[in-house]
Amino acid sequence: MNEHAEQSSEPNNQFVTFRSGDQEFGADIMAIREIRGWTPTTPLPHSPNYVRGVINLRGIVLPIVDLKARLGYSATETNAKNVIVVVKCGNRTIGLLVDAVSDILTTTAAEIQPAPDIARDETCQFINGIAVLGDRMVTILDMDVLTASLVNMGEQAARA
Amino acid sequence: MTMGKLILTVDDSRTMRDMLKLALSEGGHTVIQADDGIHGAEVLAQNASVDVIITDINMPRMDGYGFIEHVRQNPVNRTIPILVLTTESDPEKRQRARDAGATGWIVKPFNAEKLLAAVHHVAG
Amino acid sequence: MDPMEAIKQTYFQESDELLLAMEEGLIAMNNGEANDETINAVFRAVHSIKGGGGAFGFDQLVKFAHGLETVLDDIRSHKLETTPEITRVLLKAGDMLSDFVAAVREGHAVPEGHADEIAAELANLSGNSHASDSDSGDIEGLDFNPTLISFEESSPAAPCQKGWRIRFVPHPALYAKANEPILLIRELSRLGPLDVVCDYANLPDLAAIEPYQSYFAWDLVVRGEIERGAIEDVFDFVMGDCDLEINELTSGAQAETDPSVLPQKSEAPSKPVAAESLPPPSAALGAKPLVVATEGKAGAAKPTIRVDLEKVDRLVNLVGELVITQAMLSQQVHDSNIPANSPVNTALEELDLLLRELQESVMAIRTQPVKSVFQRMPRLMRELAAQTNKQVRLLLEGESTEVDNTVVERLSEPLTHMIRNAVDHGLETPDDRVAAGKPAEGTVTLSACHNSGRIVIELSDDGRGIDRERVRAKAIEKGLIAANAVLTDEETDNLIFLPGFSTANQISNISGRGVGMDVVRRSISELGGKVVISSSPGKGSRFSLSLPLTLAVLNGMVITVGDQTFVLPLTHIAESMRPKPAEISPFGASNHLLRIRNSYVPFADIGRLLGIERGAYVPSNGVAILVESQGSGRLALGADNILGQRQVVIKSFENNYRPIPGIAAATILGDGRVALILDVDALIGLCREKSGMSSKIVERKTGT
Repeated sequence: MNEHAEQSSEPNNQFVTFRSGDQEFGADIMAIREIRGWTPTTPLPHSPNYVRGVINLRGIVLPIVDLKARLGYSATETNAKNVIVVVKCGNRTIGLLVDAVSDILTTTAAEIQPAPDIARDETCQFINGIAVLGDRMVTILDMDVLTASLVNMGEQAARA
Repeated sequence: MTMGKLILTVDDSRTMRDMLKLALSEGGHTVIQADDGIHGAEVLAQNASVDVIITDINMPRMDGYGFIEHVRQNPVNRTIPILVLTTESDPEKRQRARDAGATGWIVKPFNAEKLLAAVHHVAG
Repeated sequence: MDPMEAIKQTYFQESDELLLAMEEGLIAMNNGEANDETINAVFRAVHSIKGGGGAFGFDQLVKFAHGLETVLDDIRSHKLETTPEITRVLLKAGDMLSDFVAAVREGHAVPEGHADEIAAELANLSGNSHASDSDSGDIEGLDFNPTLISFEESSPAAPCQKGWRIRFVPHPALYAKANEPILLIRELSRLGPLDVVCDYANLPDLAAIEPYQSYFAWDLVVRGEIERGAIEDVFDFVMGDCDLEINELTSGAQAETDPSVLPQKSEAPSKPVAAESLPPPSAALGAKPLVVATEGKAGAAKPTIRVDLEKVDRLVNLVGELVITQAMLSQQVHDSNIPANSPVNTALEELDLLLRELQESVMAIRTQPVKSVFQRMPRLMRELAAQTNKQVRLLLEGESTEVDNTVVERLSEPLTHMIRNAVDHGLETPDDRVAAGKPAEGTVTLSACHNSGRIVIELSDDGRGIDRERVRAKAIEKGLIAANAVLTDEETDNLIFLPGFSTANQISNISGRGVGMDVVRRSISELGGKVVISSSPGKGSRFSLSLPLTLAVLNGMVITVGDQTFVLPLTHIAESMRPKPAEISPFGASNHLLRIRNSYVPFADIGRLLGIERGAYVPSNGVAILVESQGSGRLALGADNILGQRQVVIKSFENNYRPIPGIAAATILGDGRVALILDVDALIGLCREKSGMSSKIVERKTGT
């Protein structure tokens, strides 16, 4: 697993990419704190299905979000090979459950296209754009919005 | 002959400030200005390397006495010479300024020579 | 930070301390316990606040302070004798000054005329009108020093002397005005060849040196045709701040041998030294040691340092982590079947002990005496007394009782409400009191102490006590209790904590603006504390608060619900049991009741409340934990198992996730996993919602 030092002087153009399901996603390298293997979570009551629960990250209680589920796809099936991407924006830290981390992508602004208008549901707020490199398509995510949405959930939590 | 100093001038009259600045810069000094005692205090606080202070007495908000006292209140400022601008006919005010902690005075109206001599006298 | 801002902050910090010292001194004066030093301390405090205030241009403050300062000056110089009437005015003035300081601190002005009345009273006392004395300079009797305006006149234009001998002894004031002897001496040297001898006979040992004292003197001889005026010119600015003798050099005199010129000690060098290099003081000089006057500060305080709260918090967190890690380590060792008497276990036990001590010590750093909260109360009391025309005195006990920072600050509001309540409702008017055979002045006592790991704070008054009939009637009227409810005296008293309760017929200005006792109880409850009231009609009432020492850790009961582990705060747990099938009865469509001795308590499965899936849950196969929350009632929570009791470090995750109903926070157990800490109040609320029960007291007592 790559540990990502914040060496980039052009944070906008470097992304950590990861795979979830058969899609590839990318996040600003500056927002990525670390990569961890999967550990079982403590479930949170009254939480949406994409919130897997919390884990102990060296003393911090870290909420784990299933990325696939959050974007509206089916839930990730977890096994020891899954990866948690620890993301920090401002004073919010969360963990993203993904299948695997791919690599670090450096792009130019020209290589990023705006997100297509098709998906008009609430998940499109998480998408900043699409990076197209040859036949590889990486969906660039907005970590700020993603982490904020966990704290400010407007939707009614499911209650038993 | 002597190195230019960083001098803080505190006076509410624009004319006086311009005059002081002119005379002092021609004498090789660098001038920063404040328009009353409070301003003088702020400027002084932001400029740790002020070598000399020249202040008027009658100023709004905080007059010269208060300013001098204020300056002297901060132990860091005990060694900064303070010259007070005073009118010749008022020795009482001069004494009062001295009691407040002024180092010396410049009698108004002054000329450049006397001004620079006074600065040299207290600051070397 | 702008240094000016930092100084201002220091001024405000200092003003806080000064205001406190002032208040303490004034109270002492009021009680006839003050001496000259007390009065001086009060004067200095006001003087300092005024001076500092003047420096920052706090004119209103300065003007007012000046009036107060003048009176205090008269008192300390015995021109004015203190009387109760005078100290009353002074106390009010002190409060007003405090207002001025608060106003400038918050950046707004005290309203015009706000202080006029008191200022006028002060002016009366000092016998002059000080309305115009607001300049920041202190005009202390000008001594008119003749200043030399033009020097040419003071010396005869004449016969050039061969030179001059000068004895120059600066006073401390000379240095204080930033005059530099070296500059003066240099200027002299420009008048002609100069011999300089430094007289350092007065220089004490290094240890005894006071930085702002003046120890040196100079004997100077300048030669040449120099006019006296020129010499006087050099010393123009420092006249009055030094001893200066200027004497003509008489020809033929050997300056070096003139005893009035040489320093008295023989070890001193007799040849001239350059003004710039001063010989180091040698021990042999044996100068008379200057007695360094140690200003006895009031109550020689123990040395303290100021520390950023952030640093302390970080330390507390780290220690908390240590505790958790050690617990994890213990668990691993335990699980790995290492024999109990092996060195590993022994070392672990020692580690455990050390960590406990470390934790206690670190927690102790973050504590402060409740005094910081208590000290606001006397003033509040004075204001309330004035507003209600009652006479009250406030006794404080146990102010030095230490409480964690996290608790102390949040105490202030509930205490304020309780005091308001005591003065407004509890205490009778002086006339009523006298009619009842009590002293006209009521007494309110506020005390704090430690008791079995908690802080106990009591507020008691000697007022009229709780009117139980009225309280009961009110509660029935508001539907808070059933008309035929049977309640003990104590239960009746504590009805005042119910939401929506207020016995004031009209909402008084002070209490009752929707800020009732229920708010107080809730604030205390949020702190993990309890508050109860007890009362004796005609004699008085007492609030008793019990609070945890800190909010960072709590003692909890670890339970399992399904395959999940939770922690219940011990403070809310009344008892736990394994219910028998017969003790659980259905109630309504989908609720249950648990019978405990003679009463029925609502019973709720935690799993159901939190939406946790688990297999068929049979209450009698598990445990029932009776929890209670002040103001919310009681509830029996159903869980699967009780694993034990433990002290846990509270971890909040509110930064990362929104609040979860029923969950207060989280903690990390010995196995490294996160366990959620349950919020008892919220669970009780959730249960009520689900079952549709109203806020009436549901418990029905059976007749048996």
